[in-house]
Formats: sequence, structure tokens, C-alpha cells
Amino acid sequence: MMDFLARFTFTGPSNWIIQRITAIVMAAYLFFIVGYLITNPALTYDQWSELNNLLLMRVFTLVTVAAVAFHAWIGMRCVLTDYITVRLIGPKANGLRNTLQLGLALIILFYLVWTIKILWGL
Amino acid sequence: MLNVSIYRYNPEVDAEPFMQDFEFDTQGKDLMVLDVLEKLKIQDPSLVFRRSCREGVCGSDGVNISGKNGLACITPLSECVRGDKLVIRPLPGLPVIRDLVIDMSQFYAQYEKIQPYMINNSPPPAIERLQSPEERKKLDGLYECILCACCSTACPSFWWNPEKFIGPSGLLQAYRFLADSRDTATEERLANLDDPFSVFRCHGIMNCVQVCPKGLNPTKAIGHIRNMLIRNAA
Amino acid sequence: MGSLRKMSFDAVIVGGGGSGMRAALQLAQSGYKTAVITKVFPTRSHTVSAQGGITCAIASDDPNDKWEWHMYDTIKGSDYIGDQEAIEYMCQTGPEAIFELEHMGLPFSRTEEGRIYQRPFGGQSKDFGAGGQAARTCAAADRTGHALLHTLYQGNLKNKTVFLNEWFAVDIVKNADGAVVGVVAIDIESGETVFVESKATVFATGGAGRIYASTTNAHICTGDGVGMALRAGFPVQDIEMWQFHPTGIHGAGTLVTEGCRGEGGYLINKDGERFMERYAPNAKDLAGRDVVARSMVLEILEGRGCGPDGDHVYLKLDHLGEEMLNAKLPGILELSRTFAHADPVKEPIPVVPTCHYMMGGIPTNVDGQALTIDREGKDTVIEGFYACGEAACVSVHGANRLGGNSLLDLVVFGRASGIFIEKQLSAGITLKEATEEDIQRAMVGLNKINQSSGGENAAVLRAELQTIMQNYFGVFRRGDYMKTGIEKLDKLRLRVENVYLDDKSNAFNTARLEALELQNLFETAYATAISAEGRTESRGAHAREDFQERDDENWLCHSVYFPESKKIGKRPVNFTLKTREPFEPQIRTY
Repeated sequence: MMDFLARFTFTGPSNWIIQRITAIVMAAYLFFIVGYLITNPALTYDQWSELNNLLLMRVFTLVTVAAVAFHAWIGMRCVLTDYITVRLIGPKANGLRNTLQLGLALIILFYLVWTIKILWGL
Repeated sequence: MLNVSIYRYNPEVDAEPFMQDFEFDTQGKDLMVLDVLEKLKIQDPSLVFRRSCREGVCGSDGVNISGKNGLACITPLSECVRGDKLVIRPLPGLPVIRDLVIDMSQFYAQYEKIQPYMINNSPPPAIERLQSPEERKKLDGLYECILCACCSTACPSFWWNPEKFIGPSGLLQAYRFLADSRDTATEERLANLDDPFSVFRCHGIMNCVQVCPKGLNPTKAIGHIRNMLIRNAA
Repeated sequence: MGSLRKMSFDAVIVGGGGSGMRAALQLAQSGYKTAVITKVFPTRSHTVSAQGGITCAIASDDPNDKWEWHMYDTIKGSDYIGDQEAIEYMCQTGPEAIFELEHMGLPFSRTEEGRIYQRPFGGQSKDFGAGGQAARTCAAADRTGHALLHTLYQGNLKNKTVFLNEWFAVDIVKNADGAVVGVVAIDIESGETVFVESKATVFATGGAGRIYASTTNAHICTGDGVGMALRAGFPVQDIEMWQFHPTGIHGAGTLVTEGCRGEGGYLINKDGERFMERYAPNAKDLAGRDVVARSMVLEILEGRGCGPDGDHVYLKLDHLGEEMLNAKLPGILELSRTFAHADPVKEPIPVVPTCHYMMGGIPTNVDGQALTIDREGKDTVIEGFYACGEAACVSVHGANRLGGNSLLDLVVFGRASGIFIEKQLSAGITLKEATEEDIQRAMVGLNKINQSSGGENAAVLRAELQTIMQNYFGVFRRGDYMKTGIEKLDKLRLRVENVYLDDKSNAFNTARLEALELQNLFETAYATAISAEGRTESRGAHAREDFQERDDENWLCHSVYFPESKKIGKRPVNFTLKTREPFEPQIRTY
């Protein structure tokens, strides 16, 4: 399992695949929400609340937020390793990049937990 | 009169690089940039650049000409002079040794990393290994690379991660061996490339395609490698 | 002057082109500590510019092809002063050497059967000249040299050869016994001068086409090996024999492969006449290069040249069709469009005979051992010294090289030198160590340049040298002209010896290299001049107006130029074949 995970998270192809799959999930969610809003112009709070109480909808939202989390993690890591490097900004780069990555991880984790809390009211 | 502005830096003399202007009389001829450099070197023998074949096949004289990487020997003035001005700088992104000469070690190191040689451990036949014209055709557009580094030094990803990203030239050569029907090390080659940097730092910017003096298309080759890697992982 | 840093190797190869890298590969594979000193990164060597192919009887185009036919063609092509033993070795061993290259990955073009594609080249025949045109030149499109050089570099990377890239060999270090024990070399990037010591020193330094003003050769072809050998007191052989390639692009000098004519292209004069039909009724445009080049010059001299000045002829390719040209001659399309501003798909390419290849060089035996000639006229091996490729004269090309034979020469004799040195090393080589004086002797020239305080710029002197050679020692030669040329060279010598180096800095100082190269060019040019004036006959590439006939009675031999006396001697041609009776000289017609 760890082997699979290591392979899954740290190779180029898996990163590439994850970026594409998560992008599709996010697009699907966006289309669904926008579509829903357009087809329900006179939306009430009750209606909206009812929709988001559906288990299927809650799972969909959670999966999407998880997709955002993965997408952001891989994408931002890529940006950080491109720009925050010793070559570009000197020896302080490694420390700075690690700090930024840690911050990024915490923010992502926070949003994930918050999402679960909202969706399931824990 | 042509105004030629050239990047100068001699580590023994100059505290820092500077641009030096030369006036040059083309006598109305559409010379190659290398001809201009050669003539200026007669005036000022301390001007340093690499050159060898002067016909675009050895890859020595890759320089940045009025903002675009190219081979000095096959770039005519008519293609690169704006107004009356020609600006020649070393290829960007790698350390400058002197004037237009860069230290290409990093570029060569990436080339060596992809195992740029045929691997086939089965005992060879008494004659050549057979290869159909169709199989051979797959190598066209790949084997012609002259290692001039115009592409890799035009690639922002290579500027950012020259130690980790193979760069367009090295990847073009990686695919040259992956695509060769006679090579049997496909798995091994792919395994060496499947980290997040070697191949996947190509963001499809396509500067490489735009500058390649041999008209090759590294981005396309990189796409092929990526597809092979993904198929292999799935 | 303190003593130099020393680096020691089992074998040192000077030159990173085809022959040097083939020799290095052989030695690296056997595990000996081998280094290649090369003044440019190996894939920038001039081998890269070879286009048409590598001639060898691998029996792909014609399953019944025989290496003996190739041997016959080569001997005839050499106008009978090629050493038959060496030619036999080359043609017989060739297929093995080609298949090795293919196994190493060389991307040859292919036939429908999947074999290596072969195209016709000049001077090729079947059945000892009786069976018509052969197609024997193995090709990777029209980029064979590029494919070959890159493949060899890749093979060397695989076998972990040590490369001293961008190092320049200055001069030979000889020990007390007169044996070669290494070279003094400059690391170009840092400017450091180092004594590179070796049990076997192989010169694979290539040609010197830059002695002429108009040449297909790269800027780097400055005869460094020949220059160093001559300064060390070693002789050179047949150095008057310079091949003028029929088809250099007019004005630019860049090469257009003979493969163009092999694939069906032909030369025309201003009247559109296919004039080679008159000069060589059978082989036409695929006669020997010397024959075609002379015919072209005659056309021009007789007023049938093309262009406003009537100073070139045309190579016509458009009748072959765009598709075929794209498939077989893509590089030529590129070169012609860039340098001649002519698109061969639609219009002919302006071409003119252009200096291309040095048939002469450092005399060697088949094992690559460099030779000198003793007082009795006998061959003597120079201990520790080897040569191969264009720098050497083994001699497989004699007075005229056939197209496609240079690449074969490179790989066969690079390989042969490697194999022989490998044997020598395993048997044990002991050479006397060089003393401090021995090393300092090799530093004299460099020291002089480094201390120069007046004199002329290398580029100016080089241009003058090239003009003299072009005017007095070109396609057609004449005794009185050549005497004038030699007088001019004598005057130039003093100025060359006093060349001025203004920029004395160390880091990547190419001005220093150009001053050193100038001296190598000059030595090569001077040897050419003396030998050309001395050979009073016409043979192969050496065509004299005052001696128009071949003179087998006096000149069926090699010329040998001795640098100390600046005079030429003669050395017999080898007429021994292992597999059959030798080929006796015949009248050479195509």
C-alpha cells in the first residue's frame, strides 16, 4: 500500500493523471452548480439546503473539494519548485520553499476538515 | 552601416559583463551572422565565440541573436537585423565562460542522463540488425539533433530546473532511442524518466520548436514520451 | 618557467572526430586508461559534415557484391599509388566495421528488406570495372557523417572514455630515444598548459583544408597533427595530393554531396549541356572526383561557365522530383536554400570545385604505427606514435580518394590502431620518461607566441597563406607558377613565425589557438608546395600543365617530405595483396 502510495504521489505520470482527473471533477461540479442555478432562477434557501442535504450531493461536494486539494497541492508544489529555488533566489530558497509548502499543506488540510464539518455538521 | 552590439565578458579583466558596440560595413551583402563575427574578430582578436563547420551541422555557434536563439552560421542578417541594429548575446540560462562562450556542462550532463546510446543485449547477427523503412522513418526528426543547445537554453523550465529537468534536447534524444525498433531497453529508459521533473516539467511552452535551427520538434517528442509513461503507469 | 602539471594515460588520442573516437572506443572497451584530447566538443568535429555515405561491400543493394571489386575501384581511383595491402585490409574488414556501427545504433537508411540502404557513388564498379555502375555507399539520408559521429560519441559515453573536451594539443613530446611519449596541451577554458603523458599517442587530427581560400572544410581543419609531426621532425607523405570536390556551393564553399549525382543529378554548363558525357562517356558524372573537377574547370576556362562571371557550373536535381529529394537529400535542400539561395526542387545549384580532402598525411602502416624513412630509404616505426583518419596516409586513397571511402578509412583504421595498441599495451610498453628538457622543447613554439611583442595578426597572415595556396597550388598546377608560390611562402614563413598575440589572457583565448593553428596550416601548406613542385607528373588530383602525363617510370611511388631538409624523397608503393595477385597500373579512364 505504501509502495503504491509512494508511486502514486511522487511519479511524474501519476501527478499528471491526478491533475487531469481532478480537473475533470472540478469542471463537472462547476457545470452542475452553474447549470442548477440557471435552471432554478428563483432559488430559495430551502431548496438550496435540500439539495445540499442529499447524501449524493454531499459526497459530490466532498470529492470536489478533495480534488481541489490534490490539484492545488501538485500545482502549487510545481510552481514553488520552479520559482523558489537556490538558483533563482539564493541559499534561503530551500527553507522558504519548505515553509511555504508546510503552510500550503496546512491550509489545504484546514479547508478539507472545514468542508467535512460543514457538510456533515460535525 | 550596421551597428553590432555584442556581449563581452573576460573573467580575467572585466568585473562584470557589458555590451560593446561595433560599426560594421556589410557592403550591401546579406551575410551570415557568423561572417560578421569572424570579420569583427580580425579587428578585435580578443572577441571569443565557438565555431566549426559554418554550415549548420556541428552545433558550435548557438548564440542569442537579436533576442532569438539560433546558429550564427545559418542566420542571415536579413532575418535578424532590426533597423540597423544587431544584438548578439550568449545563449541564456547557462554560465558564461567568456564573451559568447557558455559553459555547457549542465546541458551535456542531461544528455548523458538519458543513456544516449543503443541498448540491445541480444547477441548481434553477423550482418546488420534488420529494420524496415517504416520503423526507420520513426527516427526522422529525432536523430538529426546537433546538440547546439538553442532549444534547451530557450526553455524556461530548463532555466528553472537545469539539474532536474532533462530539457528539450535531451528528451528529443531520449525519444530517439525509445522510438528505435532495435533498442530493447524501453522499460528501463521509461523507469529513469518517470519522476515529476525529468519529463513532466515540460509545460508545452514550445520555445524549443520555435528556435530549433534544424526544424525539429522536441515538444512533440516529449508528448510521445509522456504518453508512453502514462500508458506504462496505468 | 616551472614544470608543467602531468597527466598520464595508457593511450591518448588527439582528435575527437570519427577515427579518433573509433580508436578510443576500441581502447576504452578493453579497459585501458584512454583519453581523447579534442579542441572542440567531439560532435563538432568535421566528420559531422560528411554527407553521402560510407562505401563498403556489405552486399545489400547487390547481394552478389564483392569487397574485391571495391578494392579494385579504390586502387584504380588512387591512380595506383594507394598501398594495396592497406586497401585490401580496408575493403575486406569494412563490412565488419560497418555492422559494428549499425549494432551501436547508427540510424542508416533502409531498403525494403530492412537492410542498409546503399547508393551509387563515383568510381564504383562491379566485376573489376566490367560490370557497370555499382551502388556501394551506405547512407543515413545525406547526413551519414553526422549519424556516424554521434553514434561513436554515444558508444564512447557508454564505455566511459575520458574526454578532455576543448583541449588543444600544442606539440609532441619526444624522449631521449626519439620516441613519442605524449603531447603538451592547453585546457582552453582555463588556459592551463599540461603535459599529457602516454604510452601510445594517436594522431587523429583530421585534415587541413583551411590552407586553401575556398574549401568545404570546417574552420577547425587546420592540419594540427601534420604541423606537430613536421615540427617534431617527422616526414609526411603524398601531401601534394589534395582533393578538390566537384560540387562545393559557389561562393560559400559548403559541400554538396556526390550522392546528388549518385541519385541521378548531373552537371550542366551555361548551354544546359550535360558536359560530363564528353569527358567520361561511361561513368559520366560519376567518374572519379579528380576527373570531374578538372572537367568542370575546363568548361569554365573555355567560356562555358554559368552566372554573370561565368565562374561556375550548375548541378541539376529538379528532374528527380520533390518527394525523392525530400527523402534522400533533405540536408542538401537545406544547404542550397541557405547558402546558394537556390531551391534544388525548382532550380539548379551553382557549384565549383572546392578543396575538400587531404589524401596525404603522416605515413603509417596498417596498424596505425607512424613511420619515418631512414637513410637507406627503409621504413622505420616511430615508437609511441600512431596516426589514423585524414591526418594519416596509410595510404588507401593514393592520388585520389573515392567518395565514401573517407568514412570507411576512419572507422577501419581507427579500429585497427585501437586493436594494435591494445595488443601492445597488454604485451607491455616501456618508453623512457620525458625529461624536463624534452617537455620544454615542446613548449618552444607556444612560449614564443606567449612572449610575442610585435608582428602581425594571425587572421591577416592566414588569409595571405590561403590566397597563395589557392592561386599557385589549385586544381591545375604549373612548375613556374609553383616556384613563384614557394618564393611567396618563404617570405611568409618569417612573418608566420613572428605572429603577434596581443591578447595574452588565459580564459578561452581563441586568439592564441588561431596563432598556433596558423603555424600548423603553414607547415602543411609548405610541405604541399614543395611536394607538388617536386612531383613532375600528373596523377590523380595532382594535375600539372607542364607534365600532363602520368609517369609510372619515375613517379609510381609516394612522395615523402622531410621537414628538416625541406626536400622530398620517394617511398615505394606497396603492391602486395594477401588474397590475390596485385593490380598492375592501367590507363585510368571512366
